[in-house]
Amino acid sequence: MSVRFLLDGELVDLGEVDPTAALLDHLRYTMRRTGTKEGCAEGDCGACTVLVGSLEGEDIGWRAVNSCIQFLPMVNGKALMTVESLKADDGALCPLQDVMAANGSSQCGFCTPGFVMSLHGRTIGAKGCDLPVADVIAGNLCRCTGYGPILEAGENAEPHLHDDAALMEGLKALTVEAASGEWQGLRWFAPRSSDELAALLAEHPDARLVAGATDVGLWVTKGLRTLGTVIFLGDVADLARIEETEEALTLGAGVRYADAHAAMARLHPDLGELVRRIGGLQVRNAGTIGGNIANGSPIGDGPPALIALGAELTLRSASGRRTMPLEDYFLAYGKQDRRPGEFVESVRIPRPAIDAVIHIAKLSRRFDSDISAVCGAFALSVSEGTITAARVAFGGMAATPKRAEACEAALTGQPFAETTIAAAAEALKSDFDPLTDVRGSSAYRVETAANLLHRLWLREQGTAISVLNVEVGA
Amino acid sequence: MAERDPAWKVLPKPSHPHDSARLHVSGEARYADDMGEPADTLHLAFGQSAEARARILSMDLSSVRASPGVVAVFTAADIPGANDVAPVAGDDQLLADGQVLCHGQAVFLVAATSQRAARIAARLGKVEYEPLPAAITIADARAAGSHIEPVQCMSRGDASGALGTAPHRLTGSFEMGGQDHFYLEGQVAVATPGEDGQVHVLSSTQHPSEVQHLIAHMLHLSSADVTVEVRRMGGAFGGKETQAALFAGAAALVAHRTGRPAKFRCDRDDDMVMTGKRHEFEVRYEVGFDGEGHLLALSLHLASRCGSTVDLSPAINDRAMFHADNCYFLPNVDVVSERLKTNTVSATAFRGFGGPQGMLAIERVIDDVAAHLGVDPLDVRIANLYGPGRDTTPYEMVVADNIAPQIIARLRKTARYDERAKAVEAFNAANPVLKKGIALTPVKFGISFTTTHLNQAGALVHVYADGSIQVNHGGTEMGQGLYVKVAQVVADVFAVPLSDVRITATRTDKVPNTSATAASSGADLNGMAAYNAATTIRERLTEFLARTYGCGEDGVHFTPGGVLVGSETLTFGQVARKAHLGRISLSSTGYYATPGIDYDRSVFKGRPFYYFAYGASVSEVVIDTLTGEHRVLAVDILHDVGRSLNPVVDKGQIEGGFLQGQGWLTTEELVYDAKGRLLTHSPATYKIPTASDRPKHFTIDLWDGENVEPTINRSKAVGEPPFMLANSVFSALNRAVAATVPGKRAIPPLDAPATPEKILKAIAGHRAQDGASS
Repeated sequence: MSVRFLLDGELVDLGEVDPTAALLDHLRYTMRRTGTKEGCAEGDCGACTVLVGSLEGEDIGWRAVNSCIQFLPMVNGKALMTVESLKADDGALCPLQDVMAANGSSQCGFCTPGFVMSLHGRTIGAKGCDLPVADVIAGNLCRCTGYGPILEAGENAEPHLHDDAALMEGLKALTVEAASGEWQGLRWFAPRSSDELAALLAEHPDARLVAGATDVGLWVTKGLRTLGTVIFLGDVADLARIEETEEALTLGAGVRYADAHAAMARLHPDLGELVRRIGGLQVRNAGTIGGNIANGSPIGDGPPALIALGAELTLRSASGRRTMPLEDYFLAYGKQDRRPGEFVESVRIPRPAIDAVIHIAKLSRRFDSDISAVCGAFALSVSEGTITAARVAFGGMAATPKRAEACEAALTGQPFAETTIAAAAEALKSDFDPLTDVRGSSAYRVETAANLLHRLWLREQGTAISVLNVEVGA
Repeated sequence: MAERDPAWKVLPKPSHPHDSARLHVSGEARYADDMGEPADTLHLAFGQSAEARARILSMDLSSVRASPGVVAVFTAADIPGANDVAPVAGDDQLLADGQVLCHGQAVFLVAATSQRAARIAARLGKVEYEPLPAAITIADARAAGSHIEPVQCMSRGDASGALGTAPHRLTGSFEMGGQDHFYLEGQVAVATPGEDGQVHVLSSTQHPSEVQHLIAHMLHLSSADVTVEVRRMGGAFGGKETQAALFAGAAALVAHRTGRPAKFRCDRDDDMVMTGKRHEFEVRYEVGFDGEGHLLALSLHLASRCGSTVDLSPAINDRAMFHADNCYFLPNVDVVSERLKTNTVSATAFRGFGGPQGMLAIERVIDDVAAHLGVDPLDVRIANLYGPGRDTTPYEMVVADNIAPQIIARLRKTARYDERAKAVEAFNAANPVLKKGIALTPVKFGISFTTTHLNQAGALVHVYADGSIQVNHGGTEMGQGLYVKVAQVVADVFAVPLSDVRITATRTDKVPNTSATAASSGADLNGMAAYNAATTIRERLTEFLARTYGCGEDGVHFTPGGVLVGSETLTFGQVARKAHLGRISLSSTGYYATPGIDYDRSVFKGRPFYYFAYGASVSEVVIDTLTGEHRVLAVDILHDVGRSLNPVVDKGQIEGGFLQGQGWLTTEELVYDAKGRLLTHSPATYKIPTASDRPKHFTIDLWDGENVEPTINRSKAVGEPPFMLANSVFSALNRAVAATVPGKRAIPPLDAPATPEKILKAIAGHRAQDGASS
């Protein structure tokens, strides 16, 4: 069946499509909307940023995404805005564009449409934009300007009410049951409920599940792979639920990081800060909690923190559900405990006790939109000066996100004191034998993993430990 | 030849936005890949070498040819003329012929009906190699005696003698990494075959003439048969000075052989693997100095990783030597430059062109001297500045325009350097984990191509009979604002609004035999050439009007209110129409060659530069001694652009150059494996600064002087010099590391880029090493 979307309110019907064709290529080379640029084709530079709108209750939720790794079926039933959409019929630019044109926000101009779209998203209240401007554009790279004028334009941009009433009607008319298609023997499905998903997966146990495509997208654009049968998860409404209670935060596997951000920050500020640094906004707007877990990256960023916080994973298939501690899901490098026909349904993160000592830290070469060299997470229960329980987990230290058992043992039952910390930091060195790779040497990883534990202690003593919190001229 | 001062009054120029700014923000600015494609266009990809150095024993490309969508596959044997895309030495092959010199080198070329089909097919080649010993690192190449040219030396005075008598002496060494350009628009070219063997090439290149000449030689054509055009590039930074020829050459070859349009739009990862980068340097020094930090003797050894071919490495390493003095008088100095040939992608031009490496070396020496004396490095910097009686460089050029002392003094005051240095000390005393550092470093950058004949430019100005004006010149637009600056110059000559001047794409059929838009020289050269062209036309108009109206030529004035002729006022359009009817030529070329430069490379003596551009910056940083994480907190810049042609454009160059320099020295790390494969070949692993890396406090002031030389508007070049303002970040980081051992009289062993891991390593090294100096 057709892939259909609304571009500037007009229906675009693509008919059958290659299920892993990139939206960017279609915009540029078929529709000749060449304002959207390819800078990297891997979701890291933001030059291809477009806004995708979907029905969310009685609103349209707009999101900035990297069109280079959006497969065409992912925008089926959606509304779309590109840089060309911003120009009025009389040729006038929008106020944001006017400012950017006047204040030196562009030099070579190639990244500029991407910045325009990210900042325009912020002015229309797009998802995940409730952040400082620098965070909203952390997924947009500029090599010419030094960013100053762009930041200035973003900070001064007035909110811009986007009249979506007509678009709402159009989107409602487009909203159909589960979509599917076939192109040159390649089949794809887009179920709308987890029941449908379970049934589909039973029928097609080898199908590739694709949520945000922030990782799988690169298999196609860089690995030049074909994916066989694909099941797209973006329309599975009940996988996108966020449930916050006194006891726990439960996130459906399809919850995008941008949507989970606030709830995760409420669980613990360190968790919120970690999420802020996962990808750029375009990546958090596409990438999901479940996708991040299910693909089993040794680094992952999400999993180490969730493991330390005691998260439980629920897997589902047509024959039922099973729940396990998150750490048990990761069996070995590239191997997870997911049986044929199963999918990740949700993750439940218990709310930490008020007196728990939590420290989550990510070390990377660059603060924003980078992958960890080391991601460490510590959750200590401290009662009357004694550590009664300790959960310590790391990413980047082993073939999977992994708990540090020797370190935990050295902490548990000991007084919460500097000597204990030192002993546990020493014990930590026996927990891991990390690799040297492009993100850091083994020695650096071992040393800083231990130092993160010292950092936890120092922070508890009131010592300033983050370069991110240092005021200028202080 | 305009060795004269421009005729119009030198006034501060208004800040016209970039000429394409509105097209940029609306997405309507067209880049090479944005043009409509004829339906039969072929898309290209290279099969790449899997070895760092090897003989090619055989190639089986049958699977490549059989891959869906493939139309043709070419190897070196299919090139009719010269298999050469090198700028100077003739040693860069379009397609490897018999042997490969680096991993990723182009071995064969696929033309297919889509880019994806070409890329898929390009991975299917079966090439059998006989691996040969490969030199991957500087050390490997040195051990193998592998150089691109002999060691070069620049000497003045008696360095070894003065080292022997200096009151203090120390030795040191450090390394600095290379840098990927990471232009946002990757390499791209579109070749369209024309009639009678001609070819038109749309190329994202800083050097259309070189691309033209190489393609002509490659296809056995004359230069007149090949037209190369570039309206704009999506960033270049030196990375499209020589590197564009590979892709343009491939597109031209396919167009020539198949008769179909051919587009090479290179994938980002392939681009990062296959194209050259900034030179990585290893620095060793021995310095003799007195108790006040005066540098009495310096022996400086600069070793660079030039990669697999010559490219522009000789000139780049020369420029490193020319900038090893920066702003400092070195009475007795030996600068020895070792240019190592490695089996890695050939290093190439990158903003600063060796200058940053030479300059960072001397700043490190100064920091080292200051550490050993236990004084503020700024005192040592000031003690060594050029000044009266000590104003000749090691290459015997007189520093006639020295304003470094004034710039430093003013910035020191406006940025409250001394007060903040004390606050940094107090912060460090109060904080066990976090340590701050602050540094003020100056910049003196020589302007002109050191290859003297390149310092020439041409322009072509047309006045149409309706009074509209079209300007064309040999310079290329890569975002630096060259086009708008040149258009301003032309508009000013005729006193018309900027909007009356239409800027057109750079094309080899309009202005021939151009130099690369490089060496920061774009506005100096092309601005003056366009000025000369426009002035020629204005002189003709003046003569014509005076004759027609019977007034003297001094009665003709071009003013913003119109052209005054005796007692009458005409619009410029009326003047143009009358002149056309009066059979006056309204078109002219213009030409400019930089005067006064004269330099003998065989002895490294003379005047390679027309003038120097200056600047200084203060950077304040903070590091985390547990993790090595760091931030640049505050930056204050005072920079010299002479009399600015366009302050908003110039400030953009300064800010952007600074942040690019900051990236080079902090987050941008190139990692190769032992086999010479680049591991950081994507933005996932190679990290240029993001918006939040821009210091929160960031001020830029322009120095309010003018160029002492009669350049266009008395302005100064601005493209490269600000890059080196970021050296203060590196010095500040080193001081922050040094603060982990208060009072220790030694410089920490910090290498660039100062990644968190390198910072942590430097802290460990600083804590461990003994701090004795002789």
